[in-house]
Amino acid sequence: MLPRVLTRRLDTRRGSSDQSSAPHAARVSGDETQLLSRLLAGDEAAFAALINRYYASMLRLARLFVADLDVAEEVVQDTWLAVINGLASFEGRAAIKTWIFRILVNRAKTRGMREARSINFSSLTTGSKENATPALDADRFSASGAWHDPPRGWGVDSPEDILQRKEALQLIEQEIATLPPSQQAVITLRDLEGLTSDEVRNVLGISETNQRVLLHRARSAVRRALEKHFTKG
Amino acid sequence: MLTCEQLTGLVTDYIEGWLPMRQRFRFRLHVALCRSCRRYLRQMRLTIGALNGLPRQPLPPAKEQELMHRFRAWQRA
Ligand SMILES: [Zn+2]
Repeated sequence: MLPRVLTRRLDTRRGSSDQSSAPHAARVSGDETQLLSRLLAGDEAAFAALINRYYASMLRLARLFVADLDVAEEVVQDTWLAVINGLASFEGRAAIKTWIFRILVNRAKTRGMREARSINFSSLTTGSKENATPALDADRFSASGAWHDPPRGWGVDSPEDILQRKEALQLIEQEIATLPPSQQAVITLRDLEGLTSDEVRNVLGISETNQRVLLHRARSAVRRALEKHFTKG
Repeated sequence: MLTCEQLTGLVTDYIEGWLPMRQRFRFRLHVALCRSCRRYLRQMRLTIGALNGLPRQPLPPAKEQELMHRFRAWQRA
């Protein structure tokens, strides 16, 4: 059960400023084309892999919009039915996962509205809970802005080192679960599922600035949690 | 010169390639000269790497079966 995508490079994926109406065909890789043709051919293994791969993130996202777990599960199942029914007409202008998450979020939003629940994505609203999470406590720095309490070593050399430690994994999951919903949504799509920034904005319908701020706060919070864990004692 | 505190605020923009060239240069210069910020940047990359590789909880079997059934039905249709 070890992590699948350790192969994904920690590169600096660039956010471009293209609009959602721009053709995304170039982004769809050969793998995606292959996956799509397998699905269209009725390849059950491909479909099984797909639904298992995205389940956890889909449920997490759905739960941000609908309070009830059963309803969130329903939204996930409904999304898959919509995916099955839409496969034949899927044009491949976005990555398959982006298409799936967009369906999910739209459905979850609709259900959420019925429950009078919606996420506040305007991270910059003053006084919101989101604003209460700076990257680091101010007391880590001196008045001049230099480190007063600099980061200490973690004793890990690679992401794999972290992923092999059960405690660290639980901690990351816990930390994500306690983030404000808008941050959870962004970090789930961007870092757990590897959507591009443009795709994240497109799926959630948020501005570039909000996406930036939310991603920064979410990652900073997870780093802080790992720091606390790896430097305790 | 960027301060260490400012650098920690820009680290996501740097990693994502969102900094304008001048800022990017200032960021790299600071990191080249400051051991603590180098460590901070590295820890942020480790964090992102761990998030990228977080294991996924699979679908509960009953739900999987239901969806596989629907998939087969669609295929036959
Ligand atoms: Zn520094």
